[in-house]
Amino acid sequence: MRTALSALTLLRPLSLRDALRMMRDDGPLTPLAGCTDVYVGLNLGTASDRRFIDLARLEALRGIAVRGGAIRIGALTTYSELLRSPLVRRRLPMLASAAGAIGAVQIQNRGTIGGNIANMSPAGDTLPVLAAADARVELRSVDRVRTVPFALYYTGYRRSVRRTDEIITAIEVPPVEGAQWFRKVGTHAAQSISKVVMAGVRAERPRIAFGSVAPTVVRARRTEDALAAGATIAEAREVLQLDISPIDDIRSTAAYRREVAARLLTQFWSSTAP
Amino acid sequence: MTTRSAFRPIVFTLNGARASVRAHPMARLLDVLRESCGLTGTKEGCGEGECGACTVLVDGRAVNSCLVPVAHVAGRKVLTIEGLKGRHPLQRAFAEHGGTQCGFCTPGMILAAVALGPHPTLEDVRRGLAGNICRCTGYEGIYRAILKSGGASRASDSGTRNAGSTRQEKTSHAKGEARSRVPRPASCSRRRSRPAGRLAKAGVPPRRRRRT
Ligand SMILES: Cc1cc2nc3c(=O)[nH]c(=O)nc-3n(C[C@H](O)[C@H](O)[C@H](O)COP(=O)(O)OP(=O)(O)OC[C@H]3O[C@@H](n4cnc5c(N)ncnc54)[C@H](O)[C@@H]3O)c2cc1C
Ligand code: FES
Ligand code: FES
Repeated sequence: MRTALSALTLLRPLSLRDALRMMRDDGPLTPLAGCTDVYVGLNLGTASDRRFIDLARLEALRGIAVRGGAIRIGALTTYSELLRSPLVRRRLPMLASAAGAIGAVQIQNRGTIGGNIANMSPAGDTLPVLAAADARVELRSVDRVRTVPFALYYTGYRRSVRRTDEIITAIEVPPVEGAQWFRKVGTHAAQSISKVVMAGVRAERPRIAFGSVAPTVVRARRTEDALAAGATIAEAREVLQLDISPIDDIRSTAAYRREVAARLLTQFWSSTAP
Repeated sequence: MTTRSAFRPIVFTLNGARASVRAHPMARLLDVLRESCGLTGTKEGCGEGECGACTVLVDGRAVNSCLVPVAHVAGRKVLTIEGLKGRHPLQRAFAEHGGTQCGFCTPGMILAAVALGPHPTLEDVRRGLAGNICRCTGYEGIYRAILKSGGASRASDSGTRNAGSTRQEKTSHAKGEARSRVPRPASCSRRRSRPAGRLAKAGVPPRRRRRT
């Protein structure tokens, strides 16, 4: 590890209340969940954070349950837990698909859904699923709990509405009507960061979201409107180009991403055709 | 500078024995195993979760020990390659079927295979080992070794996921103990746990495992 341990502080609360107090009084603190993002930075010596708070013992952040018709997924839920959950497999197959496409088993056993959201990478593989499902993010601080629609969670590249004293406690997913679809395109099946990732729900008004093609995950609203209004898939592919704004980077080019996004749209549309 | 004694001991089960480590809670499990506990079978390839050379099992599940703060194994069961004593059928199979060449990836490969449980299919193996990179074998020998040996075919081998395995693990540990006479730094004390452990003989009751 290239980061000096002696420079690091870890607070280890046993209850959510204590954790939230520490977030307010001892901050700024960087939460540790499954550590699959944080430790890469510490190992490479590129992380600048020095004060951490361990969420691992907060039972309040675990578990998958139905609450008021919605599925409530604790922020500490790992990808393996999502994959094993009959509830997730039955009601949110696109989330199970995303969980199975992340990293490899070792990462799936440790990485959490809360960490995927909080890490704010535009390539996070669960993010298009949560966007297409109109999920809500539950944020807690000492004095309040608020629930933010996923579409409003990110405010820009690696920026979100989460305040430094807030912890993501859960994700709520309302019932999803219609056929669900997920596809990730990367260099290989395992351990690759998405070049393009898409989740879609085929209903009267389709819901379509893409990752890795804009500064944040995006809902392709114009494309959705077009398809709902009866556009052909060829027309929708044109409209899609207005919804996304990919760039050239180390993993791919903007042109490739535009082409792949359009092909994914076609695939989604034909494979979920009623 | 902080001295080691400033840290509260982190207690976990290591290869069937109780281990108590004084280390920074954010120290990587990988470093604690290699440096504090003297178990150098766990390798560091990339230090970023990509290669799987550092794979160990925590409560029966494969994790990359380069991405695990030691605090996260408090109260848990950790299985490293040393815990298989060199006598596991998978270890023999890797040697026989060309599953190992330079050997650097091998401990991680074998532990990832152990986590699959008995009689995995080729698809299980491909998926379960997708996070383990080998620069030598081309993988065919590795897959053959796992499929031919029937994976972790003995109940005790999948280590730790099912409660029933605990007893067998300890028994086999007792036999392997003599081999590891590496002097250990004082920061990791390892003892055979109940009932044969020295503490038990001295009348000290076994400590309850805490789940943290
Ligand atoms: C080899 C490898 C492969 C990977 N492959 C993929 C992949 O295919 N797809 C993908 O999307 N990701 C991938 N990742 C990235 C990572 O595994 C995921 O983003 C994972 O979900 C992060 O979760 P974590 O619990 O490990 O987060 P941590 O590393 O613990 O935390 C990540 C960030 O989120 C913050 N945080 C975590 N939980 C909370 C919370 N509850 N409230 C507030 N803040 C919080 C932390 O402070 C930190 O800033 C990969 C990583 C590695 C090392
Ligand atoms: S050293 Fe941990 S995954 Fe490569
Ligand atoms: S045997 Fe050399 S890396 Fe696998």
